[in-house]
Amino acid sequence: MEQDPISLDHRLLDEFQRDFPLEERPYLSMAKRLGISEEEVLNRLRRLQESGSISRVGVVLRARRVGVSTLAAMRVPPERLEEVAEVVNGFQEVNHNYEREHAFNLWFVLTARDAAHLAGVIDAIGARTGLAVCAMPMEEEFHIDLGFRMHG
Amino acid sequence: MLNESEQQLIAAFQNGFPLVPRPFQAMGQTIGLEESQVLDGLRDLQDQGIIKRVGVVVHHHELGFSANAMVVWDVPDAVVCEIGARIRACDLVSLCYLRRRCLPEWPYNLYCMIHGREREETLQRAEQLTASCGLTPYAREVLFSRRRFKQCGARYFQVGS
Repeated sequence: MEQDPISLDHRLLDEFQRDFPLEERPYLSMAKRLGISEEEVLNRLRRLQESGSISRVGVVLRARRVGVSTLAAMRVPPERLEEVAEVVNGFQEVNHNYEREHAFNLWFVLTARDAAHLAGVIDAIGARTGLAVCAMPMEEEFHIDLGFRMHG
Repeated sequence: MLNESEQQLIAAFQNGFPLVPRPFQAMGQTIGLEESQVLDGLRDLQDQGIIKRVGVVVHHHELGFSANAMVVWDVPDAVVCEIGARIRACDLVSLCYLRRRCLPEWPYNLYCMIHGREREETLQRAEQLTASCGLTPYAREVLFSRRRFKQCGARYFQVGS
């Protein structure tokens, strides 16, 4: 039976954010559930990744069990924001970097294998930009990330 | 802490699984492991709780959720865990963390991420959360996200390191 292509993309995004089948041909399992071919699942995922709807198909790690990470923020003069964001992005330890509406206008997450390395990166960002970096490391996670429901 | 083969495995999949019919075989080839070893390694990391979830990781913004805010409160240490448990139970947010304050500039310690299609929707959710989880007495700020300069999976280890 013909299925609406939008609803298929929607199902791909909504129904597979957790419990991705850890088996030899995971995309074939997804295909069977959606009633389409494995090739079509792969094509659709590639397209969704190219269009930016999905970041990746993969794992989300519990940061504190893997290495060390922290949220950090800077108060950047507006005229320097792009330049400073670029310096921050240049560090591969930075995995998220956002502008937010606040005097603290640049917010990023840093991850590294150990605390010494992380402290070194924070110092380096401060030195390269001449601006103070506030670090707010996680002390507890109250909510388990089970993915993002698009309904409701 | 993780052993060397676990680190190698995490390094291999931190950019996501390859979009090919046998992704775990392809990943194994890059790090010299059999497909079955990759799968066993992933299941083991999942059992240990190091992997939170496996699946499609979406970008909220591109899906039409463009009014995304980080909402923060300054909650006394003595009650923050109790409030965190209430937030967990109320199911309004996708992420909720207790973080160390950065005094004196940043007194906030409780963080929630709220996603909405419009600012009004996000603000309403923040209000609802504040009222239903006992957060009314505490100082609060709502920081809407503007530009995204970078978003990718965390890189803890480099392949081959």
